[in-house]
Amino acid sequence: MSITVNSHPALAGRDLSADAARNAGHPMIETRGLNLYYGPSQALKHISLKVPERVVTAFIGPSGCGKSTLLRCFNRMNDLIDNVRLEGQVLVGGQEIYDPEIDVIELRKRVGMVFQRSNPFPKTIFENVAYGLRLLGVKSKSDLQDRVEKSLRQAALWEEVQDRLHASALGLSGGQQQRLCIARAIAIEPGILLMDEPASALDPIATGKIEELILALKQDFTIVIVTHNMQQAARISDFTAFFYLGELVEYGRTITLFTNPSIKQTEEYVTGRFG
Amino acid sequence: MGIRRGYRARPLELLAEWFIFGVSFSAMVLVFLIFVFVTREALPVVFGQVNNAVRQPVIPVEQMDNLPHGQLGKYLGLDARQLAQMDRETLKELMAVRVEAAQKVPDDKDSGINTLAWRQMFLPHQWTGYERPSYIWQPVSDIPKFNIIPLLVGSLKTTLVALMLAVPLALAASLYVSQLASNRLREWLKPAVELLAGIPSVVAGFFALIVMASFLKSVFGYESRLNAFVAGVALALAVVPVVFSIAEDALTGVPRSYTQAALALGSTRWQAAWKVVLPAALPGVFAAVILGFGRAVGETMIVLMASGNASIMSWSLFDSTRTVTATVAAELAETVFGGNHYRVLFLIGALLLVATFITNLAGELIIHRLKKRLEGLA
Repeated sequence: MSITVNSHPALAGRDLSADAARNAGHPMIETRGLNLYYGPSQALKHISLKVPERVVTAFIGPSGCGKSTLLRCFNRMNDLIDNVRLEGQVLVGGQEIYDPEIDVIELRKRVGMVFQRSNPFPKTIFENVAYGLRLLGVKSKSDLQDRVEKSLRQAALWEEVQDRLHASALGLSGGQQQRLCIARAIAIEPGILLMDEPASALDPIATGKIEELILALKQDFTIVIVTHNMQQAARISDFTAFFYLGELVEYGRTITLFTNPSIKQTEEYVTGRFG
Repeated sequence: MGIRRGYRARPLELLAEWFIFGVSFSAMVLVFLIFVFVTREALPVVFGQVNNAVRQPVIPVEQMDNLPHGQLGKYLGLDARQLAQMDRETLKELMAVRVEAAQKVPDDKDSGINTLAWRQMFLPHQWTGYERPSYIWQPVSDIPKFNIIPLLVGSLKTTLVALMLAVPLALAASLYVSQLASNRLREWLKPAVELLAGIPSVVAGFFALIVMASFLKSVFGYESRLNAFVAGVALALAVVPVVFSIAEDALTGVPRSYTQAALALGSTRWQAAWKVVLPAALPGVFAAVILGFGRAVGETMIVLMASGNASIMSWSLFDSTRTVTATVAAELAETVFGGNHYRVLFLIGALLLVATFITNLAGELIIHRLKKRLEGLA
């Protein structure tokens, strides 16, 4: 098992993550030679990487580098955009998810997602968390209640909202709303949680809470987080991938990547000299 | 205008502000004046000041000089100026005409009835020759009968048929176009449906009268070709684009992030549209339905042409019918200005105004509550 970067000339064929492979379990997500085009322009260039199970993997890079696009490949949210064309393979749990046989609805139940802007439904707090459970066919009231409470506890929100579960979710603060979205995503026990800059619209205190939450959740979930904030990546992730202009420049243990990057570009970016 | 600027107004801006203020103010005043005018014309009937019984009390010509001051003018229906212009002989003649006319009135119980009383306008009455008490609108007759109920029922029937057809169709179409259709299809569908709104109602009425009426009759096999059902179906053609357009805007206005969140949780597109987007757009969708109701109740030309226009009191959808609006449109030009018939038409016009006003008000209140609930304030 190796995580290789084929696209970058300086790195052709080099194994970046022997380290990663040794320490982490099974790869939960794997891409092989992934190219993605928005119409004529190529957004992802020959991306091959493996995301290990039950760790936090951070995608960093300047705006427009393709990190969010790659994230949205993992639950096929890119399908919703017109004129997207994709080459190569994406495997989730060993399964090729762009196989025509694959049911994308089932896939998305296994791969949860949290968005940059918190987007709770204009329903009650309870109904927000119960939404995915109802989709799964959970009908009994006590089951719903138990699982809603469990998810809210996991998302460290239960204490704050337990006495107003049936009030509108839009009455919560920004940070609470984002944690509610996380609770909603994990309620259906997806296994994988994709987070697209989940804290970029929040103040430092709310961000801190989200980060704590992510660290707690990695025991149960494989988490991939896209972030603009390099300190955040350094604080919470086990592995970091650095993208630039649609290419995967470097990928490895977070500590290695931040302290001893093998590529000059990475070093310049993580030290703040460009980007 | 009470604008707090905190700086000296620029002359051109000031002019523009005053102009806009004037325009909006005059629009409000105009609406108010229409309301006042319609109501004013109907007021004598509303307050029961009119008695249109065919048999009226008669004063013998000889008693002309004994009448108290002002009584003579009232009796003859003349105002003070007209009275002053007439000499004694003419007045005597007029009184004689009244006496003569009274002698011709048939001596039955119907002649003494004031058909403009509230009771006569809303409750059934057993007229001579009828087997049972009936609701009758016969404004031109020996004894004019002004029972409004057949017209109200006519309006109700056609409106209900129109809404029952148009609302589900329009809502389904708007949900499809805004949530499920591909972008390219949407770009075609939305203007296509909205183009329907541009069809002049006289054309829609003509189509209903000539084509649809025959077709529907051959399908359902009822007796009268033009009836409330045909009018309702034709009316639905006019209501669909109104409801569709507003509802589609409301649904499209729901943030895409809701749909994305729902899809990312493993919803199908339909589940996302039905369980997330539709509830979030409910205030706007409800407003669309209210607007559609207003259009259906107020529409005139289509129902005038396609309903058969017979003021029959019947709850059957397949009987010819006549609506409030069609009645006003067809009859107002034929009435005597300021006469009884004229006033009754204004009265039903005012009723229509009040009905739509109450509906809109109730609709606004419900929309307001729905919005508050969505925003988490309630």
